[in-house]
Amino acid sequence: MMSITKAFVLSLSGLAFASLAHAQSADHSGAIKARQAHMTLYGTNLGVLGAMAQGNMPYDAEAATVAAESLVALAGIDQRFYWPEGSASGMAEGTRSMEAIWTDPEGFSAAQEALLIAATAMAATAGTGVEGIQAGMQAMGGACGACHQNYRVRQ
Amino acid sequence: MPPNRKSVMILRLAIVVVLALAGGAWFLTRPAPLAADALDGLIGDAANGAVIFAASGCASCHTAPGAEDEGLPVLAGGRTFASDYGTFMAPNISSDPEAGIGRWTDLELASAIQSGVSPEGAHYYPAFPYTAYAKAAPQDIVDLIAYLRTLPADASPSLPHDLDLPFRFRASLGGWKLLFASTDWVVPDPVSPEVERGRYLVEALGHCAECHTPRNALGGLQRDRWMAGAPAASGPGRVPNITTGGLSWSVDEVAEYLKSGFTPEFDTAGGEMVEVIKNTRQLSDADRLAIASYLAALPPLGPDS
Repeated sequence: MMSITKAFVLSLSGLAFASLAHAQSADHSGAIKARQAHMTLYGTNLGVLGAMAQGNMPYDAEAATVAAESLVALAGIDQRFYWPEGSASGMAEGTRSMEAIWTDPEGFSAAQEALLIAATAMAATAGTGVEGIQAGMQAMGGACGACHQNYRVRQ
Repeated sequence: MPPNRKSVMILRLAIVVVLALAGGAWFLTRPAPLAADALDGLIGDAANGAVIFAASGCASCHTAPGAEDEGLPVLAGGRTFASDYGTFMAPNISSDPEAGIGRWTDLELASAIQSGVSPEGAHYYPAFPYTAYAKAAPQDIVDLIAYLRTLPADASPSLPHDLDLPFRFRASLGGWKLLFASTDWVVPDPVSPEVERGRYLVEALGHCAECHTPRNALGGLQRDRWMAGAPAASGPGRVPNITTGGLSWSVDEVAEYLKSGFTPEFDTAGGEMVEVIKNTRQLSDADRLAIASYLAALPPLGPDS
């Protein structure tokens, strides 16, 4: 029995070592996928709000609120594991993340904070009518754009 | 005729020819401001000038780096624009009498904006898109000037450009203008009044082609590749093809992008386009639709062959 426990502990520490080694390797494809998926999730929820704002979908207070609150939740996620050192454009494949994300961490987190503020404002008005979404979309566009202007490499 | 007299004659003749050519070149490439009566009878309307200012994107270059978006724009200058020719510095065009344009006459300002000629009679570099503004209606320029005079003064002095040696001589810009400055519309026959309005907003005011159209070896726009996309002026990457050969968005989707910055997939603009959308979001829905309709009517161009 002892040997089984020992083997279990050993295999656990082996796993821990393997994942540590993985984190230290230059393969950042997982983190890059994670941050791109996060952007897609913003897009999915913005798509619902945008379609209502543009009149392409009938206004639905509940759907608007759900989408806006999802944006708040997404914007509030601690993203520290999405941005490992060495995963900037030019260092890793398949990413447009600018090196400025790492050289200007204060500016980058201020940009993320601005998005959370815009999303929170959107959530407060999204359920009140289509005008509440339209005003919020402008602010969301501004927050998304400000970050893409300074921290994303041109295509 | 003795040989020495003959060679003196040839030499004299050659000097005359060279002087004549130089004189002709000087005449053809001299800085030519607008005619003295170009603005006669026109009275500026600052309210329309604010629309022209937004449509022309003046604030994107002439506000200070990192300037606030709220309130009246302070056109203090100071933004830098790296290029293949060196770094251009946007000047102060605020209403300050010393550092800005406060003492310039309307005609001096209009000549700067539409002819690329300074009050001192020097050529401006075409980083300032006067080749586009040359197509603008004189009334709109007078309105724009009236609006500029209402904006706050700022005393920050303009900084000189930092250009590579061969490009420091402004006299050669006269030749550049002769070759590439044209007030001919790229789209000669707009199919509707809406496309015609869009043509005015894009070709004369918005100067979209400055980034979205590739340039030849001398920096002139390739009009046969109009809006077909181009390498970025500075930094890596490309400015996208916005003809229907490269962009599959509907007219409504382009208009929405110019309003909110969101693409149909709810990605957003990046790079310099973020600044552009701060201008286009101030336009009317009708004007944004006109721009989109103009782009939709352009000949579809594929990627560079």
